[in-house]
Amino acid sequence: MRLFVMVFLLMSLCPFAALCAADSAGAPASQKSITDRSISLPEWKDWKRVFFLEDYNTRIVILGTTLLGMSAGMIGSFALLRKRALMGDALSHATLPGIALAFILATSFGLNGKTLPVLLSGAAISGLLGIASILLIRNLTRLKEDAALGIVLSVFFGAGVALLGIVQQMQTGHAAGLESFIYGKTASMVASDAWLIGSAGLTCMLISICLYKELTLLCFDEGFAHSRGFPVVLLDMILMGLVVVVTIIGLQAVGLILMISLLVIPPAAARFWTEKIFYLSLVATILGALSGMIGSAMSAIFPNLPSGAMIVLVATSMFLVSMIFGVPRGILIRKLRRYQLNRKVDRQHLLRSIYEYLEAHHMLTDDTKHPVPIADLYQMRSWSLAALQNIIQRARQEDLLQTVDGDQVRFTDLGLTEAARIVHEHRLWELYLITYADVASSKVDRDADAIEHVLEPEVISELETLLTQQSSTEILASPHTLQIKPGNSDASVPESGGPDS
Amino acid sequence: MNISESSLSDRHNAASTADIPLSVYDLTVAYHRKPVIWDVSFDIPPGKLIGIIGPNGAGKSTLLKAIMDLIPKASGRVQIFGKPYQKNRQRVGYVPQRESVDWDFPVDALDVVTMGLYKEIGWCLPVRKKHKARAMEALERVGIADYARRQISQLSGGQQQRTFLARALVQNADLYLMDEPFAAVDAATEKAIVQILQEMKEAGKTALVIHHDLQTVPEYFDYVILLNMRVIDHGLTADVFTPENLQKTYGGRLTLLEEATETMRRREQSL
Repeated sequence: MRLFVMVFLLMSLCPFAALCAADSAGAPASQKSITDRSISLPEWKDWKRVFFLEDYNTRIVILGTTLLGMSAGMIGSFALLRKRALMGDALSHATLPGIALAFILATSFGLNGKTLPVLLSGAAISGLLGIASILLIRNLTRLKEDAALGIVLSVFFGAGVALLGIVQQMQTGHAAGLESFIYGKTASMVASDAWLIGSAGLTCMLISICLYKELTLLCFDEGFAHSRGFPVVLLDMILMGLVVVVTIIGLQAVGLILMISLLVIPPAAARFWTEKIFYLSLVATILGALSGMIGSAMSAIFPNLPSGAMIVLVATSMFLVSMIFGVPRGILIRKLRRYQLNRKVDRQHLLRSIYEYLEAHHMLTDDTKHPVPIADLYQMRSWSLAALQNIIQRARQEDLLQTVDGDQVRFTDLGLTEAARIVHEHRLWELYLITYADVASSKVDRDADAIEHVLEPEVISELETLLTQQSSTEILASPHTLQIKPGNSDASVPESGGPDS
Repeated sequence: MNISESSLSDRHNAASTADIPLSVYDLTVAYHRKPVIWDVSFDIPPGKLIGIIGPNGAGKSTLLKAIMDLIPKASGRVQIFGKPYQKNRQRVGYVPQRESVDWDFPVDALDVVTMGLYKEIGWCLPVRKKHKARAMEALERVGIADYARRQISQLSGGQQQRTFLARALVQNADLYLMDEPFAAVDAATEKAIVQILQEMKEAGKTALVIHHDLQTVPEYFDYVILLNMRVIDHGLTADVFTPENLQKTYGGRLTLLEEATETMRRREQSL
């Protein structure tokens, strides 16, 4: 399975390698696209420029953000499963004072303060300080983690905003552009930035693929991992370190306010599509890649829109689609399953009621299928008459019942067989509950009435072997008295039972 | 105790302790400043099923965790087959409490059991077919092989407990530490677990099991440790599982309960 990921990664690398070859030819290409105005309409030209990656800068920016999205999706999967997603948010907000300070320091030493490595080192240091403060607050005081996160996030961000104010007033500063770290601005990215982002993202992905097994165990069962001798603290630090790196390299493209979305939304969306951690991280990687790619492409087409916002909007739309249409965990499929189960339960209740009515009136002994008045069925359960009519209608469509004279129903052959099976299973289950009442009453895992409708064949055979004192082939007698007046049906039909008898 | 003394007693014990699955000496564990277990000392015999019983908050889970170094010890020492836990970790299988993990995690039962082999597989190396086959065998042993590919939240509580048991079994340890394996499981699972415990015992393995249901203690366990912060008593079930010892272990609470019942009855009579 891991081969898949490797192949996927290599495939994603191919355009990057091609780009590397085209590096020298890149600069003229970008100039050409500016001078070359006569080919098509301006709008079409803009679309084409982005879609066909004609422009060197667009190409490299899109590739950089794609790799960023991939690594954020993959690392984010583990962060989400480790329930550390908000830590990433506090971390990204805590980078702002570092960015501003790095700029101030570099400029005061006469360096160019706006080079990415300088700014990102500052970001990394203050981000790590932020995490350290969270851990300190959590461990030294009795405050819970959410309070610590809130404090650190706002204090660091506030300090960063104040420092940015100072930067604006500096004599030396060509400070404009530092704000792009808040909202993200791919337009300011150059080739070397994309290289840095791409290679760091790729390294993070390779590390998490290598530690796939160990990180999974850490996220699922830390105590067990510890008992087996895995260095839990070290693994936790590696995971946090990966989150730090991905966050830092995402600052320029996505911005520190929105960076959390690229870590959280792809895996959260992927969760609707799978029950397997491997596919979760794979789908999250793909969704992250698409978010980065499409988001930065949109930003290139509409240059006035910040790329961070675009990336988040793309990710969010994927999330919404996944949440609604995802299989097996999306909203629609779950509603549908619920609905189908309800129908199944209704049908079973109907068939069982008819069967038990016939049984109570000794009408099951011969081969003829006696009709049962609907009004009597209505009294057997707490269902509304309209609902009962509906259920009967559906059972007729499934060829389980026939109506007689409009106000009575009668089993078909199929209906009788099905009813016998349902009654048998229901009684097995009841008997099981009663037989094991001493242990089962408190220990049966799920509500008895809910579970009998989803009994699986293996469970039924298990019940049958457990209850060997009963013959498993014939229908069991109900272990409790049924709520039907027995025997002479004519006398026992209540007055409120309706017009028939 | 100074260093030379402790190394002396080590040497003195070396020959005999290698056969003893677990020795606990003067173990004290504290959360914040409040001791949870206090000067606990006991040895357990090999090849036996041993129950740890005691009221809620008696420190039963804490004791297991401290044995495996999952939480720091305030003082004391633990030996597994005569060596510290770190040196004999491979011989210890751990079955944590079922509530200790998030069962909505995106893995299936087979994946969870395979986790018992991760240490053996080694860092960064992938899970292979032979590992999955071994995990499958363990699932068969606990009787839920049919559910191997089911996501773990779709397993019943009993099946989840059996999955945890299988994860410990696959490791083929000699000493098993189990934290309430019988908590909130169905009757079929309880029987299955008891049977597996018996099989382990026949294979010469030792199991230390935290248990809540006092009624089944004599039936399930050869040996019991009565714990309530301190070890009240430990020994063969027949010798130490006595009303007096239970009174000592659960004492305060039982009396309180009795008083409450008495008060209720008096109130009812006066009405």
